[in-house]
Amino acid sequence: MTPSDATRPEETAVGAKLVVFWLLVGVPLLWGVANTIRDATKLFG
Amino acid sequence: MTSETAAPGLLDRERIVAGPGFSRWLVPPAALCVHLCIGQAYAFSVFNLPMTKLIGITKSAPGDWRLTELGWIFSLAILFLGLSSAATGSWLDRVGPRKAMLLAATCFGGGFLISALGVSVHNLWLIYLGYGVLGGCGLGIGYISPVKTLITWFPDRPGMATGMAIMGFGGGAMIASPLSVRLMAAFSSPTHVGVAETFLVLGLGYFCFMSIGAWIVRVPAEGWRPAGYVAPAQSRGLVTIENVHVDTAIRTPQFWLLWWVLCLNVTAGIGVLGQASAMAQEMFPGRITPAAAAGFVGLLSLFNMLGRFFWASTSDLIGRKATYCVFFVLGMALYALVPTAAKIGSIATFVLCYLVIISMYGGGFATIPAYLRDVFGVRYVGAIHGRLLTAWSAAGVLGPVLVNYIRQYQIEHGVPKADAYNVTMYIMAGLLLLGLVCNLLMRAVHERYVLDARAMRA
Repeated sequence: MTPSDATRPEETAVGAKLVVFWLLVGVPLLWGVANTIRDATKLFG
Repeated sequence: MTSETAAPGLLDRERIVAGPGFSRWLVPPAALCVHLCIGQAYAFSVFNLPMTKLIGITKSAPGDWRLTELGWIFSLAILFLGLSSAATGSWLDRVGPRKAMLLAATCFGGGFLISALGVSVHNLWLIYLGYGVLGGCGLGIGYISPVKTLITWFPDRPGMATGMAIMGFGGGAMIASPLSVRLMAAFSSPTHVGVAETFLVLGLGYFCFMSIGAWIVRVPAEGWRPAGYVAPAQSRGLVTIENVHVDTAIRTPQFWLLWWVLCLNVTAGIGVLGQASAMAQEMFPGRITPAAAAGFVGLLSLFNMLGRFFWASTSDLIGRKATYCVFFVLGMALYALVPTAAKIGSIATFVLCYLVIISMYGGGFATIPAYLRDVFGVRYVGAIHGRLLTAWSAAGVLGPVLVNYIRQYQIEHGVPKADAYNVTMYIMAGLLLLGLVCNLLMRAVHERYVLDARAMRA
């Protein structure tokens, strides 16, 4: 854990931002991956 | 009063310098906001068929556009990706990522809006101009700026950092493809295919999402280093601690060797990617159905995306040159194995070969920025990366042309369809051999090209 990565007491907002920002990009990406995997099962189905 | 007039503007680099306590892990989502959007380019083909039926609705009618005419939209976009990134790279380095990302959002979103107008009034030139030229500029500007930003935030793991962003470009197609299909279905009616409305929604949606990335992106303060990270005191092997100016870099043999490394790696992959569905069905006639081939294409997209993160991260451990050696040597072996897999009728071997090949295709894109940073230093890496992306444009033309024309030539000379790709595979293996030679010729940049301290301060 480096100081730049650390969530200091005065930086509690950083943790919330991390969650929100990563959800913002993670949710659509996972939706796309799930769709792709569903289509891919047809290759072996 | 003076301080007010001197205050940086909302879009200026000085405005987005991170303060103390900022976590650098907040920056990859900003980069992904842009790359997940512009990665839509790989899924543009979902519009091709509907756009051939804008008049006829259920089937092409006289006056409807032909597929060959529509194919130019994607080609133009990739061409302008390379041209815009080469032309604006130095400017983007100077103005910082927020302005660059917002400009990319405007170009990319605006390109969709102009294309929506083009579909509405049935004018193909407006789509060439909209998605092809303006959208292509959005692709180029949006591609390089977040990559450079991440390299500066992760000097200890540049491969992993660029892999994260460029993985988003691969993942963007997986979001755009089902999203576009659903939107077209929602907007279609018995008298309407719904393409124009879909372009409109995508244009506005992409503009907003990319603007969020521009809003949350930050650059590190001058001299910032991750705690615990000790910058190398001297250059070692290919990795330099110096900086080479972008205008000087393009005069070095190293730049052109890397240009060919990228071009040949991409040529080998892109030709196959575009023909994957037809190839799978023709190499295994009756065994791989169109639905199964679509699943195969989906798997390729997934491995294209995962390869970007995996191989770029691996390059932090084994080095960029070694990583590209793996791409070329393993790629050659796998391409040579594909005809055998088809001959013995092993779908599993065929699929496995292509999944690894396509992961290395994606890995090539994701590893090249870190390779450039190693060889030319971090200062001008964005601009140098921009100029190197012209290799992508060249490969975007070369790859599909090679695969299509060789296949056509084979079939016209009586070769069965199932065997028509064999020569292509061996030619692709040959291209990778050339790429391997270029990679093996890479040496550290001569010190006469390096910026001296006085020039650095200028």
